[in-house]
Amino acid sequence: MNCRSEVLEVSVEGRQVEEAMLAVLHTVLLHRSTGKFHYKKEGTYSIGTVGTQDVDCDFIDFTYVRVSSEELDRALRKVVGEFKDALRNSGGDGLGQMSLEFYQKKKSRWPFSDECIPWEVWTVKVHVVALATEQERQICREKVGEKLCEKIINIVEVMNRHEYLPKMPTQSEVDNVFDTGLRDVQPYLY
Amino acid sequence: METDLNSQDRKDLDKFIKFFALKTVQVIVQARLGEKICTRSSSSPTGSDWFNLAIKDIPEVTHEAKKALAGQLPAVGRSMCVEISLKTSEGDSMELEIWCLEMNEKCDKEIKVSYTVYNRLSLLLKSLLAITRVTPAYRLSRKQGHEYVILYRIYFGEVQLSGLGEGFQTVRVGTVGTPVGTITLSCAYRINLAFMSTRQFERTPPIMGIIIDHFVDRPYPSSSPMHPCNYRTAGEDTGVIYPSVEDSQEVCTTSFSTSPPSQCVFTVTKAHFQTPTPVVTDTLRVPMAGLAFSHQLSSSRLSYQPAALGVGSADLAYPVVFAAGLNATHPHQLMVPGKEGGVPLAPNQPVHGTQADQERLATCTPSDRTHCAATPSSSEDTETVSNSSEGRASPHDVLETIFVRKVGAFVNKPINQVTLTSLDIPFAMFAPKNLELEDTDPMVNPPDSPETESPLQGSLHSDGSSGGSSGNTHDDFVMIDFKPAFSKDDILPMDLGTFYREFQNPPQLSSLSIDIGAQSMAEDLDSLPEKLAVHEKNVREFDAFVETLQ
Repeated sequence: MNCRSEVLEVSVEGRQVEEAMLAVLHTVLLHRSTGKFHYKKEGTYSIGTVGTQDVDCDFIDFTYVRVSSEELDRALRKVVGEFKDALRNSGGDGLGQMSLEFYQKKKSRWPFSDECIPWEVWTVKVHVVALATEQERQICREKVGEKLCEKIINIVEVMNRHEYLPKMPTQSEVDNVFDTGLRDVQPYLY
Repeated sequence: METDLNSQDRKDLDKFIKFFALKTVQVIVQARLGEKICTRSSSSPTGSDWFNLAIKDIPEVTHEAKKALAGQLPAVGRSMCVEISLKTSEGDSMELEIWCLEMNEKCDKEIKVSYTVYNRLSLLLKSLLAITRVTPAYRLSRKQGHEYVILYRIYFGEVQLSGLGEGFQTVRVGTVGTPVGTITLSCAYRINLAFMSTRQFERTPPIMGIIIDHFVDRPYPSSSPMHPCNYRTAGEDTGVIYPSVEDSQEVCTTSFSTSPPSQCVFTVTKAHFQTPTPVVTDTLRVPMAGLAFSHQLSSSRLSYQPAALGVGSADLAYPVVFAAGLNATHPHQLMVPGKEGGVPLAPNQPVHGTQADQERLATCTPSDRTHCAATPSSSEDTETVSNSSEGRASPHDVLETIFVRKVGAFVNKPINQVTLTSLDIPFAMFAPKNLELEDTDPMVNPPDSPETESPLQGSLHSDGSSGGSSGNTHDDFVMIDFKPAFSKDDILPMDLGTFYREFQNPPQLSSLSIDIGAQSMAEDLDSLPEKLAVHEKNVREFDAFVETLQ
């Protein structure tokens, strides 16, 4: 199958990098997470409930919705933190990008290891600008907030196309499609 | 029976669409309440959460939505619309957004109802959650309270976009194809936020007409009485609401099969509400208690406002609504006396003044009791209990949130300062200092200021200036007293002048009464020490006032 790829670009100030990334990633994961599956007999399963949470950004005039899962939030924050540090340490042009890839595991015959086949990749390109005055920062807050609104609308548009999604797996296959390690929600493997 | 859709699928699909519509309304309204929403994930499926999403059900909103739908489903030409508008404390209102749930004829016969459609509806709700935080009205709604509130109105039928002004934009949240048509969810939002003048009253009759017409145009008679939404009956209906809410919480326990659709198992059962619900109520408590409560009520009740004009003046209707809203919570309080201690809100009943309210309370209670005993829909009870607990925990806060709007009168402060400079030339030289002090003068004396401020927000409840001596609350909303109100600038200076004369010491009085033009600079300088002495004397008053502000 072909992997579809989406690219989002944002220009932010240094302090806003984390929140902008988290907003985008959480929005994507909100759409790509389900409740925990509970398999029953006869090959049927039922799904748990996904809660949501509004998160206000401190450095951007923006609020995004994320899945109510502390584990997922921690995982994302860790990765975004690393990205931010790498961006800062790289110095230079202040350009960076981070990708969120959803994949499926395909078991291969021995001795080959499992394949990971991506089916959707979200790339966020970040351009860091440096601002001098407080007034510029204030304007940047609002502008980035508006930009993020546009990005969210873009994400939703893509999600709405209802293009390929992995088939719902049987119990034995569920780990090949979903990340079952979290306690409360079950995002697609990423 | 259609060849492509068996009756079970059809029933399921209708059910999905119905609950999707109800959940859509909940998401939209909750997103405009002005607070952050937080619900918990639950790993074990309780079967009580539609579309596997933890979306609370505010009973009033469900009731409104059901009333608007009146047993129908969105279909071609019959869309369900949620109109979000803003109403200022002065009575101006403006439509901000229209959310439309439409159906068109493009069918997707191949799709599997109980599986794909369900999951796609779930995805669409998630998209809706994200989009509702992204439109301009969200930021407006987060800041509501002092100067304006956000209202909602649900109607069914043709989409009315004319109230959005020029150049409104639309965003499509998503579509889901079904065997009977394609469901589209979109939002049209206003770009031009320049305020319309007080056209509210001219506007409302047509809206009333629209609401009524929709009922009238229906091919079959509805079971509900056809009259404009009425606050009083709304109160009486609280006893009736619950059975219908129970219905709305009819549970969907869906089992999904991993094998081909032909083996798909779908069960629908009524389930008891279990663990998620206490969680849900916890989150209700998290936001600012009184404010959350009052906003829920004000937003839901005020949505009737246009229709209520048929009943009486909007001003009268508003507080009655609020009373009805509070009443709605009373039954819950009384039902769980152990938790809430029942009585505390009772004193507010006479505050809102009508005998009818108390009677309603009495009638509601037994029916609610029986209802509660009969059904396990404890979720809505706990929800409203927590609502009422918030109301109870801070009844004064609840009232004060409305009073707080009048603190918006303080927004006029800059105006005061400006006019002061033009009025009192003797003080003009020391304008910064004197203005500051004299500005606080009228407000130092609480007994007077509320009276002048309350008429400002004539259509709202009165009182509660700085810190809310909420004792004066009760009848003020009826008293539309346009005494010297800060609302009119030309009167303003005179008012403050009056205050000065009343409250300043004689030396200052004489200087005030002197014709401004006559005084010379030298005289001003001479009078300066006197004025300083006077102000120093009043320092304690100013300090006390400042403390009350903090």
